[in-house]
Amino acid sequence: MAIESIKDKTAIVGIGVIDFSTNIGRSEWYSACQCIKLAADDAGLNIYDIDGMVKNIDDGPDPSYVQKGLGIDNLTYHSESHWGTSAMMNAVQGVASGSCNYCVYYQAAHRVSGPEKSISDYRVAREVKDDSLDMIRYDFFSPFGLIGQPGYVAMMYRRYMHETGITPEQLGWIPVVDSENAAKNPNAIFFDKPITIDDYMKSKVIADPIRELDCAPKVDGAIAIIVTTPEKAKSMKQKPVIISSNAAGMAPEGQFHTSYTRDVITELPEMKNMGDELFRIAGIGPKDIKLAMLDDTFTPYVPLQLEALGFCGKGEGAAFIEGGERIRVGGELPINPDGGLIGQGRFDTTRIVEAVRQIRGTSTNQVAGADTILVASGAGGPADGLILRKA
Amino acid sequence: MTVEYNPDQKIPHPAMWGVLYKSSTPFWEGVKNKKIMLQKCKSCGNLLNPPRPMCPKCQSQENEWITAKGTGKIYSWVTFNEAPHPAFKAPYAAVLVELDEGPRIVSNMVDVKPEDLEIGMAVEVTFEDVAEDLTLPKFRKAG
Amino acid sequence: MLQEYMDRKYRTDNKPSVEANLIKNNVAIVGIGQTQYTKNSGRDELDLACEAIQNAVDDAGLKMSDIDGFDTFILDRLSLPMLINSLGTPNVRFSCEVSGGGGAGCAVAVHAAAAVATGQADYVCCYRSLNEASGHRYGRGDDFIEYMPVALTPNYGYIWPLGFVTPLGWAGVWGRRWMHEFNITREQLGWWPVVLREYAQNNPEATYFGRPMTHEDYMESPMIVDPLKLHDCCVNTDGAAAYIITTVERAKDLKQTPAIIAASAQCCPIEQEIQTIYQRPSISGLVETWYVGQELYRVAECGPDDIDVAQLYDPYSIGGIIQLEELGFCERGEGGKFVEGGDNIRIDGKIPCNTAGGLLSEAYLHGWNLVIEGVRQIRGTSYNQVKDVELSMVTGGPGVASSGIILRR
Repeated sequence: MAIESIKDKTAIVGIGVIDFSTNIGRSEWYSACQCIKLAADDAGLNIYDIDGMVKNIDDGPDPSYVQKGLGIDNLTYHSESHWGTSAMMNAVQGVASGSCNYCVYYQAAHRVSGPEKSISDYRVAREVKDDSLDMIRYDFFSPFGLIGQPGYVAMMYRRYMHETGITPEQLGWIPVVDSENAAKNPNAIFFDKPITIDDYMKSKVIADPIRELDCAPKVDGAIAIIVTTPEKAKSMKQKPVIISSNAAGMAPEGQFHTSYTRDVITELPEMKNMGDELFRIAGIGPKDIKLAMLDDTFTPYVPLQLEALGFCGKGEGAAFIEGGERIRVGGELPINPDGGLIGQGRFDTTRIVEAVRQIRGTSTNQVAGADTILVASGAGGPADGLILRKA
Repeated sequence: MTVEYNPDQKIPHPAMWGVLYKSSTPFWEGVKNKKIMLQKCKSCGNLLNPPRPMCPKCQSQENEWITAKGTGKIYSWVTFNEAPHPAFKAPYAAVLVELDEGPRIVSNMVDVKPEDLEIGMAVEVTFEDVAEDLTLPKFRKAG
Repeated sequence: MLQEYMDRKYRTDNKPSVEANLIKNNVAIVGIGQTQYTKNSGRDELDLACEAIQNAVDDAGLKMSDIDGFDTFILDRLSLPMLINSLGTPNVRFSCEVSGGGGAGCAVAVHAAAAVATGQADYVCCYRSLNEASGHRYGRGDDFIEYMPVALTPNYGYIWPLGFVTPLGWAGVWGRRWMHEFNITREQLGWWPVVLREYAQNNPEATYFGRPMTHEDYMESPMIVDPLKLHDCCVNTDGAAAYIITTVERAKDLKQTPAIIAASAQCCPIEQEIQTIYQRPSISGLVETWYVGQELYRVAECGPDDIDVAQLYDPYSIGGIIQLEELGFCERGEGGKFVEGGDNIRIDGKIPCNTAGGLLSEAYLHGWNLVIEGVRQIRGTSYNQVKDVELSMVTGGPGVASSGIILRR
């Protein structure tokens, strides 16, 4: 029988993280192999037992090359996904459907030092060649100088300010709290010490109203996450982290950061669809979540995620984050105790890693009683997420 | 004040012009003739912008093109203090205009400085030849 | 390395149990759709995709709004949001793309099936749209180099500078080695394209419909990349195709006889590259196809003798014939003899192959047309219908990370 849902059918048993950097000095291929080795060691798994591999299309070399680097004889399941951490869904399905035993999700991307033609720039390179149907929509933006994600988000953010009255003084609490958390996390390389709201307000306004500190910086990094069944997990080295729920969501008239044709452009309907599904599968609600790992690639998306996922009402996101009290460790809903992407750089899988560490109780910024954690990715485009819980 | 360009840099052209994405062709042909053309579903009347080969409301692949009045209101805007592309001189603003027919399009203003922009400002279309082979629909304050 | 393959002993102790496989007998292909296959569509790929998907949705008796998952190749140039904004599907819950070029021909179905079997999507549409004839051609070196990202394919740095830039050339190397090791003759090779062309004469949608070819015609055709002649190579096609996957349970209420997935497999053996697999102990076989076959037989609990009809991904004749060996339809090295005269792969033969004309004579749609023909054989609606089909096999491309499915009634 096909199963109704993937609730509790899979678990995360290993994580591998290399030291992040802005000039790593080696290939993405090398980093991919290294982080998978670290994850296998963390799980206490023989690397040859890995038989599934998934990744984001734009990050790092193909599974066949990574497999070659690691010396794994045969993979029975591999695929790619586009956005956020949506490849996680493929890993979950591979294991839950009985297509593979141990599926590794790796993200190896040297976004700063990587070669210009690295796979991270694959689609960009195609855009320059006028050769990709991905890029059609830019026809209607680029000739007018609306170019680049900060600008795309700024267009939405201005409207959000207009409709809800959210101010930079409120939004600034996201990078402020991120910096506080990042200062405690050795792998978060962008803040040695916390910044203040004044520092934020002085940050360069690059695409008004978006400031430099509203955007997660690029980084070189590699992360691997190993998924298997809870049964197999029982005899492994780490306490397993159960995947209570996993979902993805899209919505009509969606485009990456530029869904300007919707009636309302200041909502994240993909995130709402995803969140509804996530809670439905897990059979719990927003109130049961002890910690939220949210996508802070661009800060305006954080209050919008709080609204879309039901942590607060529509238009209340700004008030929720103001002052930072509610979202700090010890607050009503701690967000990104690892420093988020603002603190660590643009690397979506860090959210899953931090959630795993929190449930294991090994975070550098531990949240007390963090036994049920929501992870959301892909704000401003196709969304995906997880609810992880203690076994 | 219109957007200023660096003369030695090529302004990004609509790349798919009629070659890889045929649905867009009538829009850009219309711009050349100083009109804003909107794709309309023949079956349900839905206005489709950006253009596409199938109507998402009724799945009809039959459509026609209508000429928009060219009037609308500013829905949002962004000011670039740093130019993301070498063809543009910062600062400049990109505006999102909601046309009176409903669809929204991205453009620039020719007569309003970024600091004087307001959401809701009534605007009307004007056409600017920004390069020898590129005409763009731009907007000015209405009335 | 690859001891299992070298010894021809497939390890099953390290595989999930057959009982744990949720895809087997629980998932089915319920709708198929395609556009016309042409040499110059005059339309863009988004447009073609919309038409093929609508046709598949209609064929299944569904509404477009029922579709909540999409799956394709990473090579596909459509942006999924753009596609969805045309189709109007309100809540897409699953999407995935598979690498490995034609090898993913069936892997796309594997992942769609996994999504459906685990409740992560209800109806997944697998689509592929390409203007391969009028636009970008995979067989042309300059296009290929521009198209393939460097980091994805580090090995190409070693071979491109030598003028060794097309899939045809890469495959020619292992093809020649196979011909050398097993004394395969040019005459034997020709029977694969000739029989496929015969099938295409009954299929009005095939590129080579109305253009028959004798074995003499084949022998006289020009050599393109020695050892491959013009008619050893697939056609170029503009077009799109789609199929829809859901659970067997839901299929009961739908329009068509479901083609139930008895087994699905994806395999990526080590030293895998895109066609340039020269570092393995033996390069005269198709390791990935052997793994796919073994996994399919393990899960479906059957053997090659139980398969009634096969659609083998054949970008070139050698790719089709070696697969016959690796899938156990004939002995290793006997592929040449097996296809000689053509009877074994004709409709009443031991294993009828590529009954719509395959990639050589029907269309080069990255295997989508093969899946569709595999489904038709189950439904009983093929232009070259094999009698009483119980099990219908489809495979993905040879010489790349590959895949396969076995469909049953």
